[in-house]
Amino acid sequence: MIDAGTIDQFLLRARLRVVHALQRPALDLQLLTALLVLAIVGLATLYSASNFDRHLVINQGLRFVLGGMLMLLIARVPPTVLRNWTPWLYIASLFLLVIVAVLGQGRGAHRWLNLGIMRFQPSELVKLTLPMMAAWYLHARELPPRWTSLAALALLIGAPALLIGRQPDLGTALLVAASGVFAVFLAGLAWWRIGAALAALGAAAPLAWPFMHEYQRNRLRMFLYPEADPLGNGWHIIQSEIAVGSGGWFGKGWHHGTQSQLEFLPEHTTDFIFAVFSEEWGLIGVLLLLALYVFIIGRGLWIAANARDTYSRLLAGSISMAFFVYVMVNGGMITGLLPVVGVPLPLISYGGTSAVSLLAGFGVLMSIHSHRRLLPR
Amino acid sequence: MAASPGGRHARIKDSRHESTQFRARAIAGFLLIAACLSLLGARFFYLQVSRHEEFASRSDSNRISIRRIVPSRGLIYDRNGVLLADNTAAFRLEVVPEQAGNVDAMLAQLGAVVPLSDDDVQRFNALRRTKRPFDSVPLRLKLSEDEIARFSVERWRFPGVDVVPYLTRSYPLGAEFAHVVGYVGRIDINEASRLDADLYSGSTHIGKTGIERSYEAQLHGKPGYEQVEVNADKRVLRSIKREAPTSGSNLYLSIDARLQKVAEDAFVGRAGAAVVIDPRNGEVLAMVSVPNYDPNLFVNGINQIDYNTLLNAEDRPLLNRALAGGYLPGSTVKPYVALAGLELGVRKPEDTIVSTGEFYIPGDSKRSYRDDVRWGHGRVDLREAIAQSVNTYFYGLALEMGIDRFSSSLGKFGFGAPTGIDLIGEASGVLPSREWKRGRFNQAWYPGETVIAGIGQGAWVVTPIQLGQAVSVIAARGVRHPPHLLRAVQEGINTDPYPASTPAALPNIVHNAANWTAVEEGMIRVVNTPSGTAHGLGEGFPYVIAGKTGTAERFSRTDEEWTSIGSSPIQRHQVLFECFTPADDARIAVVVALEAGRSGAHDAAPIARLILDAWARFDDVQREVTSR
Repeated sequence: MIDAGTIDQFLLRARLRVVHALQRPALDLQLLTALLVLAIVGLATLYSASNFDRHLVINQGLRFVLGGMLMLLIARVPPTVLRNWTPWLYIASLFLLVIVAVLGQGRGAHRWLNLGIMRFQPSELVKLTLPMMAAWYLHARELPPRWTSLAALALLIGAPALLIGRQPDLGTALLVAASGVFAVFLAGLAWWRIGAALAALGAAAPLAWPFMHEYQRNRLRMFLYPEADPLGNGWHIIQSEIAVGSGGWFGKGWHHGTQSQLEFLPEHTTDFIFAVFSEEWGLIGVLLLLALYVFIIGRGLWIAANARDTYSRLLAGSISMAFFVYVMVNGGMITGLLPVVGVPLPLISYGGTSAVSLLAGFGVLMSIHSHRRLLPR
Repeated sequence: MAASPGGRHARIKDSRHESTQFRARAIAGFLLIAACLSLLGARFFYLQVSRHEEFASRSDSNRISIRRIVPSRGLIYDRNGVLLADNTAAFRLEVVPEQAGNVDAMLAQLGAVVPLSDDDVQRFNALRRTKRPFDSVPLRLKLSEDEIARFSVERWRFPGVDVVPYLTRSYPLGAEFAHVVGYVGRIDINEASRLDADLYSGSTHIGKTGIERSYEAQLHGKPGYEQVEVNADKRVLRSIKREAPTSGSNLYLSIDARLQKVAEDAFVGRAGAAVVIDPRNGEVLAMVSVPNYDPNLFVNGINQIDYNTLLNAEDRPLLNRALAGGYLPGSTVKPYVALAGLELGVRKPEDTIVSTGEFYIPGDSKRSYRDDVRWGHGRVDLREAIAQSVNTYFYGLALEMGIDRFSSSLGKFGFGAPTGIDLIGEASGVLPSREWKRGRFNQAWYPGETVIAGIGQGAWVVTPIQLGQAVSVIAARGVRHPPHLLRAVQEGINTDPYPASTPAALPNIVHNAANWTAVEEGMIRVVNTPSGTAHGLGEGFPYVIAGKTGTAERFSRTDEEWTSIGSSPIQRHQVLFECFTPADDARIAVVVALEAGRSGAHDAAPIARLILDAWARFDDVQREVTSR
């Protein structure tokens, strides 16, 4: 027999569940939609840039699925758990970097650990564990941070960044360092200190020259004078600028970019895929894509602002701002605004590990979003 | 190592304040990001809108490449349409080095299938260095059918090697026209640097000598082009636009191939030259230089051995004697000296002298100038002086004219300067003059030199074409038509040939027709009276022939060579003969020069007669055809 009481009770419980679910949705639909649109744009661009190479596109799609699953998984983990794991994850990732550095002695660029079934890049892991560590460290301390805290943070950020930079992988080192620095920035570091640090960095930049690899020096030279060696080192930049510039307002149309289709543009499926996009979709397409990126970053910062505690805020904020660094460095590179640094265009460049680590980062954002403050202040 | 907030710090964390501060920083960060991305957007605007035109054109020049299509070379015909220079289909081996793998090993293996000379390999390697690895480079030209068959069987062993059809120049009549038509050869480095790159990109051959060279511009044609889309490796993907090439013009020469053949055969291999001219317009009907060579050897690259043989041969087959052969004219200048003397008023036709066999310059009895006949020819007037080739008559005449009047008058016949014929490599010859001697030796002129100049000895040098021009002036009653070879030009297969522009005639140099008549009569007597030096030559010929012999000593009598070949009088002289016919209304003038012979009448004149006979035969046929 079903009496009214049990029905009422059931309805109440159901209502509570619905309310509960509405109050803490597991995923942020807006962010998810934006990422989905970005992934579709990415696959379409890749399909054209690879001259209809299905194999390549399916590979990339599989990575998106893998990354998406990782994102959903991480989104289920409450930020408090993440916070508790943070130091261990950080230490583990640092350990892996050291292993790579030791194994790579005497060879060229060594970034990989071969795990048998797949190759794994510890530096991709650091992209997440470093901002987590910075957030963890700042979470327990008085904000804005003091000098002693800053010194400790400099060590926490500097050690992995240097290890990655020595691989050498300047792009990832830059991204990793940036995510840590953004955490400090968001923690309320005084503006005058930021100004002083930037000035010191600018002044010290020329000192880096003797420590740079020859190819890095060449990239810097070519950034400054690309026409000096148009068929050699300058080729990438020149052909990329031609691809972008010849796109005009509306572009040459999908799969009609001659620069990439006729292979004048090197690495047109990976680091230079933005040039392909610009050539085929023109300024209108570029501005829409940039708008999409701005939306994702803004949404990430919004999630951060509404997060429950300092750890979550700093982590979400620094992940979002690091996302900007990808776009800026890659866009700057293909337009000749910045020197050539191997940073992919997020979710559009072909390449597995960065897509997976990016989506994992968004998983953290999703988790923070779904565990935000229940009641607005 | 779990977090213990505030554990080590005295101050309590103010989470509300931190949250507010974070919001401020997040907004600041977002604004910074927006600013940076706006800068990036501005950069895109700058590239895609402000500099769009520039990059669009650079993108096009990246992908669009222009390929030249080589025009086919104009053909060369004689006046009756006999083909003298043709384009024939041939096959060559071409190699794409990029696909061939180890080129040296490939060449070694290929050499066993198709013979490759060292020249071929050297040329191939030199050419290969100037091209990109994916360009096809010719290796062996003119494959025989047998070679093509052998290669086809073994072809699978040689990736990147192919048999490719092409058009090659061929000269069906071969050696006979080597000196007139000339030949084409591969463009060499010197030529490549001065050629119009637009016209010649893609062309492999260029006219090297003869008509092929002097009319290169007309024969070559205008290349077409094809716009093709290429990828970054410059491989052609598709054709965008094509403009057909314009073939070179076909040229019709004034040469009559039949006459040329007869003239050539008449020499029977003796070194010398013959020139046949229509005195009415200066058209060259035949031009022979013996010995000659096969121009076909040069087209696809003559090998070094053959070339050295030709270059070093004692009888110099590469020399065009008709244009650049220098001959001592001897008595052949006498008609011109006679006409010049009459025109100057130094002599009248009726004036006579007594030839005693010796001539002295007045006031100088030491040196005597001799006649050919020991005791002299007796009393002769101008006509007989020409007929019997009386030296003493012309010694005195030249001396009375004086060297200055002598050289300026004879210059009017074209001596001492190139005739301007439309071939390259013509020599100037030497017309004796005070200026010439001053320029050449920086010495004063002596009267004795004037005396011997009167009989075509001394400093004189003429080329057969100059002598042909001069005798044509007399044949045309004083009008000089500079000789030329191009008669008509045809642009494109479907158009009618139009007459080529000919050099303008020079004003008549004869002011008194009686003077001309006297000289003409003298020349008629040479052939037609018993006293004439070439008497009997006109027997059985339908028209009256007027002519003049010339026999010049090759060596001074004091030379050792004179004595060494003394046993062979046949070799002793350079012999010449000049003539025209019909005497009163000349349609043809012939000059024959032989490097060695007994006398003009004995050796050169019979060759001229054979040429005239052939001409008369063809002329008759021509008249019948036109009268019908």
